[in-house]
Amino acid sequence: MRVPLSWLREYVELPAGVTGRDVGEKLVRAGLEVETVDEAGAGLTGPLVVGKVLSYEPEPQKNGKTIRWTSLDIGKDEPQWVVCGADNYAVGDLVVVVLPGAVLPGGFAISARKTYGHVSNGMICSSSELGLGDDGAHGIVVLEPGEATPGDDAIELLQLRDDVLDIAVTPDRGYCLSIRGVAREAATAYGVELKDPAALTVTGAETGGYPVRVDDAQANSVFVTRTVTGIDPKAPSPRWLQQRLVMAGMRPISIGVDVTNYVMLELGQPIHGYDKDRLSGEIVVRRATAGEKLMTLDDQTRELDPEDLLITDDSGPIGIAGVMGGASTEISESTSDVVIEAAHFDPVVIARSSRRHKLSSEASRRFEREVDPALPRYAAQRVADLLAELAGGTIQSDETVIDTQSAPSPVTLRADHAALVAGAPISVEESVRHLVSVGCEVTEVAEGNGTATPAPLAVTAGSAADAGLLTVTPPSWRPDLRDPNDFAEEVIRLFGYDNVPSILPPAPGGQGLTVAQRRRRRIATALVGAGLTEVVSYPFVGDADFDAMGLPADDQRRKTVRLANPLSDEEPSMQTTLLPTVLRTAERNVGRGATDLAIFQTGLVFLPRPDAKPAPLPSVAQRPSDAEIQALNDALPDQPLHLAVVLTGSRTPSGWWGKGQPAGWADAVQVARTVSDAVGVEPVLRNVELAPWHPGRCAEVSVDGKVVGHAGELHPKVCQAFGLPARSSAVELDLEALMAAAPSSIVADPFSSYPVAKEDVALIVPADASAADVRAALAEGAGELLESIRLFDVYTGEQIGEGKKSLAFALRFRAPDRTLTETEVAAARQAAVQVTVDRFGAVQRVG
Amino acid sequence: MSGPNKNYDPVEVTPLHADEVERTRDEALDAFAKAADLAALQEAKLAHLGDRSPIALANREIGALPPQGRKEAGQRIGSARKAINEAFAARLAILEAEHEERMLATERVDVTLPWHTPELGARHPLSLISEQIADVFTALGWDVAEGPEVEAEWLNFDALNFQPDHPARQMQDTFFVDPPGSGTVLRTHTSPVQARTMLTRKPPIYVICPGRVFRTDELDATHTPVFYQVEGLVVDEGITLAHLKGTLDHFVQSMFGEGLEARLRPNFFPFTEPSAEVDLKCFVCRGASVGNPDRPCRTCGSEGWIEWGGCGVVNPRVLQAAGIDTDRYSGFAFGMGLERTLMFRNGVQDMRDMVEGDVRFSRQFGMEI
Repeated sequence: MRVPLSWLREYVELPAGVTGRDVGEKLVRAGLEVETVDEAGAGLTGPLVVGKVLSYEPEPQKNGKTIRWTSLDIGKDEPQWVVCGADNYAVGDLVVVVLPGAVLPGGFAISARKTYGHVSNGMICSSSELGLGDDGAHGIVVLEPGEATPGDDAIELLQLRDDVLDIAVTPDRGYCLSIRGVAREAATAYGVELKDPAALTVTGAETGGYPVRVDDAQANSVFVTRTVTGIDPKAPSPRWLQQRLVMAGMRPISIGVDVTNYVMLELGQPIHGYDKDRLSGEIVVRRATAGEKLMTLDDQTRELDPEDLLITDDSGPIGIAGVMGGASTEISESTSDVVIEAAHFDPVVIARSSRRHKLSSEASRRFEREVDPALPRYAAQRVADLLAELAGGTIQSDETVIDTQSAPSPVTLRADHAALVAGAPISVEESVRHLVSVGCEVTEVAEGNGTATPAPLAVTAGSAADAGLLTVTPPSWRPDLRDPNDFAEEVIRLFGYDNVPSILPPAPGGQGLTVAQRRRRRIATALVGAGLTEVVSYPFVGDADFDAMGLPADDQRRKTVRLANPLSDEEPSMQTTLLPTVLRTAERNVGRGATDLAIFQTGLVFLPRPDAKPAPLPSVAQRPSDAEIQALNDALPDQPLHLAVVLTGSRTPSGWWGKGQPAGWADAVQVARTVSDAVGVEPVLRNVELAPWHPGRCAEVSVDGKVVGHAGELHPKVCQAFGLPARSSAVELDLEALMAAAPSSIVADPFSSYPVAKEDVALIVPADASAADVRAALAEGAGELLESIRLFDVYTGEQIGEGKKSLAFALRFRAPDRTLTETEVAAARQAAVQVTVDRFGAVQRVG
Repeated sequence: MSGPNKNYDPVEVTPLHADEVERTRDEALDAFAKAADLAALQEAKLAHLGDRSPIALANREIGALPPQGRKEAGQRIGSARKAINEAFAARLAILEAEHEERMLATERVDVTLPWHTPELGARHPLSLISEQIADVFTALGWDVAEGPEVEAEWLNFDALNFQPDHPARQMQDTFFVDPPGSGTVLRTHTSPVQARTMLTRKPPIYVICPGRVFRTDELDATHTPVFYQVEGLVVDEGITLAHLKGTLDHFVQSMFGEGLEARLRPNFFPFTEPSAEVDLKCFVCRGASVGNPDRPCRTCGSEGWIEWGGCGVVNPRVLQAAGIDTDRYSGFAFGMGLERTLMFRNGVQDMRDMVEGDVRFSRQFGMEI
């Protein structure tokens, strides 16, 4: 809502000298979101005067332009001579002349200067030069005959200096979508009287107006019509009216339309004007029937929905109620008799129609936020008055008034309720004063007289209730005031939020972070310690991502949660794997020169449940039942926390120490180990084939027999598809599953102070036996005396033989209670080897 | 060795003569002193302390003396040997020290050379600030609560007093999950975690909820469709707006410095009543830039205050939908955008830097901000 200060001043006696900024500041403190204060005409200094064109001489120029050498009467003895490039004025016209010494908006200083062979003593001004905005005509401003006399101060005349407050009206403050509403707030803020523009005399007879029938009184509780006959549709809207519309952000169109818009801005009541001659028969307000169509004012034909509330006549629909009128009955340049509609519509009905037709109009924006239902008769009168005054119409006293709106209900609340909500000493007296100032009627009720009980939804227990009760009736323009806290807010904002004390509430002792929260932090810290950098990216993916990953058609990860209104049609799905977005992030980084890259991201993935039913919408009047809560949760996809890692380029660089190491599959697998270590779980690894990994270089990571993720080198095609260097590698782990396997507590084992016995074992095993399996076999065979086991060499070659490899392990044995004898150690070693012999046909390699 | 001396006459055993012993000793001391390095010292040791050294030979002569002469000779030789040994040890220590010093000097390296172990990575600042905020509130005894990102519409809206057709609901620019009518959305704020917390716990409730949220905004320098919020909720007996202010003041001071405060401006949110916007006192100029064109403040635009988030007293309708007794309990809630917080706190100029995943952005912050 754009509010020119000059307009506001008509209804509020603001202290002299206050600026738009001052008023804005006050309104912000009262709870209006004043986004900007535009200072129209800021930096404008005169002399800027009215001039009357005495003569002009067209002078064609070499550059093809024709200038006018013009003399003007500016109220002085001698005429003022200026050069003008425009030609939309005639001798005798009143124009606006800026004289040397003046500064126009934008710091444009005017001086007498030589141009086109003359000394131009100033300039005749256009609308945009005056800071009035583009009037669309691109010519100079021509005033109405008799509007002023030559020499008058044009700054004053045209109100060129004005501040305009741009207010973002919150949904609860529909009444502030009007000058009237903002004036009310300003009046309260400055403690001055409001001159209510709606306080006018209605001359209507409440009967005999244009016939109207309302079939849906729920949706349309008030419908008022007035008729004005014999208007001059070509009468120009006066400058002041046009200028106010422009300042408020609307474009002047014609007198009929401008007046209805003006009254809407002034009072907040949307008005619709019909060309009476184009109406046929009774106006009926009803719901649409299937298949009906309407061409709206914006020349679009709209299919109507049976829920749409319509204004109709014998010809069919002539408007979507409260949203937009129809083209067939609109006021045109030939209209002489106007039927004015001022009605009250249900906000939900209007909101739905507006959304259904993707049609947000000035009217629908107001009706959605509720309009004062007491306004229609006054607003219709105001329109009629203005049409009569400005377009020469005759107001008919015939008036249609349909009004089934019920009066606002009183609410009873504790007199000290606002003080209790604020935690501040606000007296009952003060509460009452503030409630009255926002328009409420307040009566005090002595407690316990049995006539009133406090409304629900307010704390009533636990404090002395000797403050009595208040019965508060909200004003008609505040339908948002329903609950005790709504009234408390009005009192507290006027009491001043700044005056509320600051008290830190003592919470009962907490337990700090949960185990899972701590584990997540440890994992992130470990990854950073391993040299990885955390990135974030959006969770949106599309089929192209899955194709790039080489996922088979039936891969689970292609079964996604899809969005009905995605940002991009290429990425309509929520991620089921973090890899695509992290791979794209990696590509971006590589493209920007980060060729040695190690990044990680954690985030939820979204796994649809095959049997998911729609989520219910339980009543909000009480807690949903446990079954309903269960149904709410069951409707959601599984959303486990995943980790993804991409490594590319060098893991360690080459340098003076020697050759570096490229980041490869082993680094990826090591990341999986690091993450597992960070939460104290031991991962089990095995080779698997799974996209997007290299079929021979992908480790499946399991804990407690459950697969929690994969790590390894990416498939060459995947590297190519994502624009990554060859042999980039990646990890994806389900952290939720991994952390679930973490030990909840650790019992310390005593450790032995007896000496360690070290044994090395080299085994020739089939090439496809995994190191992990062989290691496990050794450990199993070695028994309890084994303290640790570590693989230290892998060898393949002619000596070993085709299809075989040699694995060398270092074993350490120790007993808790004695020094081991050579025999014991040898036996344990042999037992270990024996298991590998049995399991893999291993042969010990000697020498 | 000389033959047994029947008659005591020390003069006859020359090596045991007092001046001979002294000479032997002095020669040894002189030789050690002259030894320039450890090798020379080892040679001198062999010559003067070895098995064939004069002092060793002299020592052997003692046995040839008559018993009455042995004591004196033994003492003489003993003290000479001691002196030689000591001289050797002293010289050895010096030469070893010199040697070590020379060795270490030659082993000097350029410690500014790089090494090959990977450098520390970095956390994303959004994670770091989430954790910092969690720490501020867990220190107050609050818990950190979390919830799903694909959320039931009822929990995202209805339970929070967003009426089905109210404009407030449209203002949230919601991503809806297919098919229409699934009743699920991408949560538009962290507030459904409030609702979940109230459904699963009994008051007193003191929780902070950081998390990722979604709105259908296009990405630009100040908007992103995917962003992070942090939300606080308290439900207890006797909770007032004053408690909200006290909590926000503490929060502001923990994050931005001692002596700062929060300011509330009335506003509207469906789930709080009364509602307010939270401003924080500019932590850079502390208000000194207001009306002072000579000292403009870029952080607050010389306003003295920085818009930070929204807050209010929990609307009793929200408590009611969660089954909390509104006769007995009241609460407050507040929420802030973390990207915005980073923008003004850490001077991040462009929202896109936070979502594009450029490692250079995260690396500026390391592990701590």
